[in-house]
Amino acid sequence: MPERRARAGRSRLDGKLDRIREAEEAGLLEHARGSRALRKMLGNRLSLLGLAVFSAIVLSALLAPWICRYDPQKIDLRSVLRPPSAAHLFGTDKLGRDIFSRVLHGGRISILVGLGSALGAAAIGILLGSYGGYKGGPADRAFLRLSEVFMAFPQIILVLLLVSIVGQSVSNLVLIFVATGWGSIYRMTRARMLSIREEEYVQALRAFGLPDLLICYKHMLPNALGPIMVNITLSTAMFILQEAALSFLGLGVPLEIATWGNILNAANDINVLARYWWIWLPVGSVISLFVLSVNFIGDGLRDSADPSQLG
Amino acid sequence: MAAEAPLVSIRGLELGYPVRSGLFKRVVGSVRAVAGVDLDIRRGETLGLVGESGCGKTSLGKAMLQLERPTGGEVLLDCGGARRDLCRMRQGELREARRRMQIVFQDPYSSLNPAFTIYGSLEDAMRRYGLATRAERRRRLGELLEAVNMRPEHMDRYPSEFSGGQRQRIGIARALSADPELVVCDEAVSALDVSIRAQVLNLLLKLKAERGLTYLFISHDLSVVEYVSDRIAVMYLGRIVELAGTEELYSNPLHPYTRALLSAIPIADPDRARRRIVLEGDVPSPVDPPPGCPFHPRCPDRVEECSRVPPALRTHMIKGEAHAAACHLAKE
Ligand SMILES: Nc1ncnc2c1ncn2[C@@H]1O[C@H](COP(=O)(O)OP(=O)(O)O)[C@@H](O)[C@H]1O
Ligand code: SF4
Repeated sequence: MPERRARAGRSRLDGKLDRIREAEEAGLLEHARGSRALRKMLGNRLSLLGLAVFSAIVLSALLAPWICRYDPQKIDLRSVLRPPSAAHLFGTDKLGRDIFSRVLHGGRISILVGLGSALGAAAIGILLGSYGGYKGGPADRAFLRLSEVFMAFPQIILVLLLVSIVGQSVSNLVLIFVATGWGSIYRMTRARMLSIREEEYVQALRAFGLPDLLICYKHMLPNALGPIMVNITLSTAMFILQEAALSFLGLGVPLEIATWGNILNAANDINVLARYWWIWLPVGSVISLFVLSVNFIGDGLRDSADPSQLG
Repeated sequence: MAAEAPLVSIRGLELGYPVRSGLFKRVVGSVRAVAGVDLDIRRGETLGLVGESGCGKTSLGKAMLQLERPTGGEVLLDCGGARRDLCRMRQGELREARRRMQIVFQDPYSSLNPAFTIYGSLEDAMRRYGLATRAERRRRLGELLEAVNMRPEHMDRYPSEFSGGQRQRIGIARALSADPELVVCDEAVSALDVSIRAQVLNLLLKLKAERGLTYLFISHDLSVVEYVSDRIAVMYLGRIVELAGTEELYSNPLHPYTRALLSAIPIADPDRARRRIVLEGDVPSPVDPPPGCPFHPRCPDRVEECSRVPPALRTHMIKGEAHAAACHLAKE
């Protein structure tokens, strides 16, 4: 047998292998460091543009009280329905309120609702989905069925139902979005964890007898996060659109609080739509821009997190 | 040697995976991946485990380590004279037993966590094994990496920066970090290039000699197993069909399946030219194993009795050595 002879010639073989090893290690020293995912994302023009637009909108919403000259709630009946001008950049509405100021202030609530709901849904979905995917069991099966029920039910009807039960307020809206939105992140996390569970490094951690919670949340979860981050950005955009749609129907945030949806709400009559374009066009454009930019960021994240492109 | 109690005794071990089907994923049957295995692993030996892929070698290794909970049988671990059954241990006790038995995996790519540096992924395990400070842990990991011919600096790199051979050596260092007595090498070199393969095998042998380890060496590659093993167990369809010392098994295989496996190894030595035995048919499904001898549908030597009566694994004494085979025709 060749192997028997190899046993005798091991020292010669070892010498050769040592040289191979040295070559291997020398080659390694040239390896570049740094986050490949981040570099890839920055290389993507569209997502960079998205990031710029997103930051601009978020920043101006955050700084709204210092940027705007007018109080968004201040009624001025001497100047109603004025078209855009130097004094009122986006014009004024039926009550003479400055629309520019309302759009910026409204952004604070709308973005809060969108981001807050997305993060809240993600927190619940990730928390339950990771452990459910890793361990399984009756609780996991119950959550899976529950999320299926939530997802199979037409969401807008569910939201209408919940709004009429718990009432209208910013926090209730977030609560409702979280309740209807956690399912998709739960299922996604769970599916990722199911496949990661089979990886040999997880078996190795179990062979060490490490606690399940540590294995699940510290060692496995980071490998599932890529697609989940994408999902969080996309659901932020989705919740912002939903807020706008619900408020347009008069079911979202109470009308006296400025949000993008509530500003649009003023345009729910054909007369306004036809004659006073500045009431709906600027805020509509801001919503579209914001949602688009978030989607571009999400696409960029998806490409950079795509495992098939990792070397 | 025979007087000393084995490190691990496996008795009637069973591992069945549920087979689900239908709309509600009801359990409709089970794959008996390990179907009643008895096996002793002696302290300090390398026991080879061979068989075609899918015959249950990995399942046996995992069931032994309790990575999959066995559905039956016992795994008795020698605990300072007393023998404890791992299958009956509760999670807490099992944690303590686990450090004594570790595993090296086949796939160098899925065996390291891509999200952490080598140190980062091993830190928690080492803390658990009593290295309280960061400095201690780093020193220990540095030593382990040196033991597998890598440099201590490598601990701060990510797995993606290493080649397959290097990853496999890191996998070995990881198994050693618990300071185990038994290491299951599950196809530990099968995924590697031939040149790297010999390097890793020699490393495993060196570490064994230095640390007095015991190996269960799983492979479908008979020549690799022959190189490292003291004894070899041949597995077919979840059962051990032959078990003997390496020299004895290769020179005097008793089971027709072993003969067929051996005849499939390319021979470089013309003195030992053999007739190649080609097995007909595929490995039968472990969901629905054939009656009688599980090998009979493919066996070239089968007799009428084979399809009715399952042969027991009987031990013969040949030249003073135990040689077990599960075949009606096996004789001294
Ligand atoms: N997680 C699993 N679920 C269901 N069946 C499995 C699972 N793992 C292995 N099996 C089945 O068990 C049998 C033995 O597999 P395995 O132990 O991996 O064999 P080997 O290591 O010899 O290739 C195979 O038939 C395989 O299909
Ligand atoms: S028992 Fe019969 S069928 Fe089984 S291996 Fe022996 S001869 Fe072949």
